Amino acid sequence: MNPITNTLDCQSKIKPHVTRRRFLQSLGAGLMIAVGASPVLAQEAPQPRRSGRNRGGFGGAPVKIAARVHIAQDGSITVMTGKVECGQGARAEITLAAAEELRVQPDQIRLIMGDTTLCPDDGGTYGSMTTPRTIPTVRTGCAAARQALAAIACQKLNVKPDDLQFKDGKIACAGQQLSYGDLVSDSLDKAFSQLPSPGVTVTAVADWKVLGNPYLRPDRRDLVDGTHVYPSDIVRPGMLYGKILRPPSYGTTLTSIDPSAVKAMGGVRMVHDGDFVGVAAPSTFRAQQAIDALAKTAVWQTVPHLSSKDLYDHLKQNAQGGIPSNPYADDLPKAAAAVRQEYHVAYIQHAPLEPRTATAEWTGGKLTVWTGTQNPFGVRGELERAFNLPADSVRVIVPDFGGGFGGKHAGDPAIEAARLAQNLATPVRILWTREEEFTWAYFRPAAVILAEAALDASGAISNWYFVNINSGPQAVESPYRAGQHHTAFVPSDPPLRQSSYRALAATANNFAREVFIDELATAAKIDPLQFRLMNLDNARLKNILRTAADKFGWNNDAGKKLPNTGIGIACGTEKGSCLATCAAVSVDEKTKAISVTRVTQAFDCGPIHNPTGLLSQVQGAIVMGLGAALREEIRFENGAITNSNFGDYAPPRFADLPEIDVQLIDNRTIAAAGAGETPIIGIAPAVANAVYNATGKRIRQMPIRLTI
Amino acid sequence: MDSTVTLRVNDQRQIVTTDSQRTLLEILREDLHLLGTHFGCGAGDCGACTVHIDGQRAFACQTTAADADGKSITTIEGLAPNGRLHALQQAFMDEGAYQCGYCVSGMIMAAVALLDKNPHPTDAQIRAGMNPNLCRCCGYVKIVSAVRRAASAAEALPSLGR
Repeated sequence: MNPITNTLDCQSKIKPHVTRRRFLQSLGAGLMIAVGASPVLAQEAPQPRRSGRNRGGFGGAPVKIAARVHIAQDGSITVMTGKVECGQGARAEITLAAAEELRVQPDQIRLIMGDTTLCPDDGGTYGSMTTPRTIPTVRTGCAAARQALAAIACQKLNVKPDDLQFKDGKIACAGQQLSYGDLVSDSLDKAFSQLPSPGVTVTAVADWKVLGNPYLRPDRRDLVDGTHVYPSDIVRPGMLYGKILRPPSYGTTLTSIDPSAVKAMGGVRMVHDGDFVGVAAPSTFRAQQAIDALAKTAVWQTVPHLSSKDLYDHLKQNAQGGIPSNPYADDLPKAAAAVRQEYHVAYIQHAPLEPRTATAEWTGGKLTVWTGTQNPFGVRGELERAFNLPADSVRVIVPDFGGGFGGKHAGDPAIEAARLAQNLATPVRILWTREEEFTWAYFRPAAVILAEAALDASGAISNWYFVNINSGPQAVESPYRAGQHHTAFVPSDPPLRQSSYRALAATANNFAREVFIDELATAAKIDPLQFRLMNLDNARLKNILRTAADKFGWNNDAGKKLPNTGIGIACGTEKGSCLATCAAVSVDEKTKAISVTRVTQAFDCGPIHNPTGLLSQVQGAIVMGLGAALREEIRFENGAITNSNFGDYAPPRFADLPEIDVQLIDNRTIAAAGAGETPIIGIAPAVANAVYNATGKRIRQMPIRLTI
Repeated sequence: MDSTVTLRVNDQRQIVTTDSQRTLLEILREDLHLLGTHFGCGAGDCGACTVHIDGQRAFACQTTAADADGKSITTIEGLAPNGRLHALQQAFMDEGAYQCGYCVSGMIMAAVALLDKNPHPTDAQIRAGMNPNLCRCCGYVKIVSAVRRAASAAEALPSLGR
């Protein structure tokens, strides 16, 4: 069976402002479809439309069966979700979930994602929520669809539901067989117009036949033969290539500009509205030439701006409401052992390989935008507000795009493209340069973290103080037992535009905590693994720690350390999953360069939906986390980013690849949790702890460096 | 200044009138509509735009129209001219050596060039040879496996006809 490819194709062949009803009619073998054609469905919005700024949100609300599943008369099955695919594996995972409940092979499902006109709003693709929230909704909708199909089959065959056998889109009973297409009827239509009934049950984990098996992304062939259509590949009739004039530094405003520089340039068209200056041209080269010419004439009003050397002092000085004091400070001097430390975590960039991009097209006052965003419904709202448009006049389409990592929530390029397209009355595509990405996209927040704790004579934690300044509250709460504890997140005055990143502040909080725990273990003169196990109550986390340590050979290695090598361990729990990471490092004696040679990571996110996708996520998270651990850091001076390219920023490459052993625990005793984020939070502290083991030097900052 | 350049792209002759300083990447994408070659950085730092020029791997973003004039260029679209995937395309697909997939065209073109020179590389040679190409999803483990899988496939790699 051939996988269904080019999902976008079937979406882009239709007119941008087609209605959902007309689209559904076009599915299948081009026939009028009873399900799609009914007045009931035609009146149905794909999702309850909420007002306000937060559309996109967290999703998970039930939707009518017809908004989730469509069966065509030829039996072809279309499933719709507002979630998007940016490499994290949602397309494969949701396809498996739908196939499981519909009792078909995954390649029989056509999954339409991230189209605000065709798909229900399942919330933004962030926060590791596809697995815990969207998958159950999809499964319930598909299970309800299967039950509706079964009910009609029972009527037709005059049998009981228990007598039916489902296989690959066909229903058999006592020598008779019906395909799903045979069941398309007014009755099915009526059943699909309902919400799934509360009595609908999804397939028990023990009975899974599709979920839990390795599955490669359904559009896999398009990725290797170059035919996959990324957002930056969208071409519309008459489309021009747009560029925006950027200020030279943060906080700068435009005083004046001389447009005569571009007036003589053939084919270049300019839009100047206040601080917004953009051009569009028949080629990117010409548009860039025009912007470069304009930039030479631009006069800017600059303002003083912080530089990265002053970053951490600035964040501490501007902690909102001041830095909370340690309520147990008086107990520290009396304790058997006490440690007080401060940790720093740098600003970093997501730097997805496909830069931010959008193509905008206006048709009769309505706007269609193709863009790579993790939040299609949120971007639709941004566009409605930016252009003061009534509801349902904006369609956002998100082709599977080139990486997000928490960095593509906002609609900046969508608004830029729409603005140029509106003014110039022709479609415009915007594709940011790498320098724009590194300067004007938002960053993972920098952090200052203060940690203080006292130990009793047995090595138990008697009091615990842990404060994150600026980066966020995620995973700020400690999983370690403590007699008394005080944790807090304190916002500050961020000098750069900051927002989400894969696992949010859990990267910073877990780094600081797990290095701090190692320092406590050292103070208590207890092995770091033993210290963790004795101070943790969470049985799942302890199990994961033991698994990682065992597979890594923690106890074997400890006794026979070579000079300039070391091993470190870290663990963590966030968003319902647990991990433990062991790392081995070697340090160059002369240059002090750190190489990570071997990593073992154990991970438990509940029942595994797609082992192939999960392995990719965990391997990728380890290596991506290695970048932030060792090198990635945004440097800025007077408001300008000074390492705004891959050469200077130096993300992980093949040469950095350690030997990686991933241990996935298929824990079928709990509900499934997301896995796109948490696997990134273990590697940096494990490396820092290994560097201490190798050199005796504690590094309390990310990136971890032994040189200045 | 516009000039006319003649390219042989995936075995087809193409005559393009363009500014001689415009990049080959832009010509491929915007003039010839070969969208499988991707823009990642514009600086030769990431390899998303890797193509072959006269059989040698090259960054299309670092090649001007003037540089490419008269040359023979192979892009990802030229690797499977009859719809039969090249052994490396097949290996990347079967190995699941992609996450977002944006780097994959460049990775495959780099790997084809690597195996052309060294049909049976060690893992260390694969890493060194592939190092100019960046995968931001950091799926390097499976990419190394895919190159290894293609190299160890029993049948010889189909030649690109050079």
